[in-house]
Amino acid sequence: MKTAIIQFPGLNRESDMIMALENVSGAKTQTVWHTQTSLPDTDLVVIPGGFSYGDYLRCGAIAARSPIMKAIVEHANKGGKVLGVCNGFQILVETGMLRGALMRNANLKFVCKQVTLSVENDSTFFTSKMNTGDQVTCPVAHHDGNYYVDDETLKRLEGDGQIVFRYANGTNPNGSMNDIAGICNAKGNVIGMMPHPENMIEALHGKTDCRPLFESIAA
Amino acid sequence: MKAMIKVTLKNGVLDPQGKAIMGSLGSLGFDGYDNVRQGKYFELDIEAFSKDEAKARATDMCEQLLANTVIENYEIEIV
Repeated sequence: MKTAIIQFPGLNRESDMIMALENVSGAKTQTVWHTQTSLPDTDLVVIPGGFSYGDYLRCGAIAARSPIMKAIVEHANKGGKVLGVCNGFQILVETGMLRGALMRNANLKFVCKQVTLSVENDSTFFTSKMNTGDQVTCPVAHHDGNYYVDDETLKRLEGDGQIVFRYANGTNPNGSMNDIAGICNAKGNVIGMMPHPENMIEALHGKTDCRPLFESIAA
Repeated sequence: MKAMIKVTLKNGVLDPQGKAIMGSLGSLGFDGYDNVRQGKYFELDIEAFSKDEAKARATDMCEQLLANTVIENYEIEIV
């Protein structure tokens, strides 16, 4: 799968993401700088984690208004796949491509630990090699992962299967509504999640629980 | 003209930072207060022929960047 990795100043997880996409998904990756106004020919766009623009104003707010974002919105509108992880998720909600907002963690602390994720929708391009209800261990590292959305939209997300991942077994690290860890848009081609599956794929990571997610991209 | 823009969390949106600030005020010995909410304040010079024009442009800025209208409200004053 042809994959474009978007690079904003302040992102720092792009190398791990590229490793996961190339080694597990077998993707061909190309890095795209945020000032570019068009994407190369690509099936998937990935916005990795980090702290774009130092989280100034709101996490992801400045990056979401970068020149490249218009091309990413067009890519998604044409049915192209988009995955945002951590800061990438924050950027996608700031553009409005995904609903809701990611607020300061309820306990006000930066959380860096492992959580249990439960797969809530196994029909997306990032979960097709898993089954709904499967649980995996996955690291989180963020200060603003507290998912918020108005009640009406929340009902719609829940009813339409747009919750892709939930924190399970009481491991919600940030106060997210309904333990939401990752969501997709109505068409299912845009996915955002706070945890870092790219850091749970090799023996050196301690566990390889998240390999099936990247294998799903290859499928 | 100067635009003075206040961005605050909508009612009903939890504000953990406001809560922590409230606790800290308490530990300093303050009492008789409640509902501490944290917000943001922006000031900028706007070139415009009228206050209405300046306000319209500041409104665009709020809608597109300065506020996240999913969770925040904004108030604009032009002087």
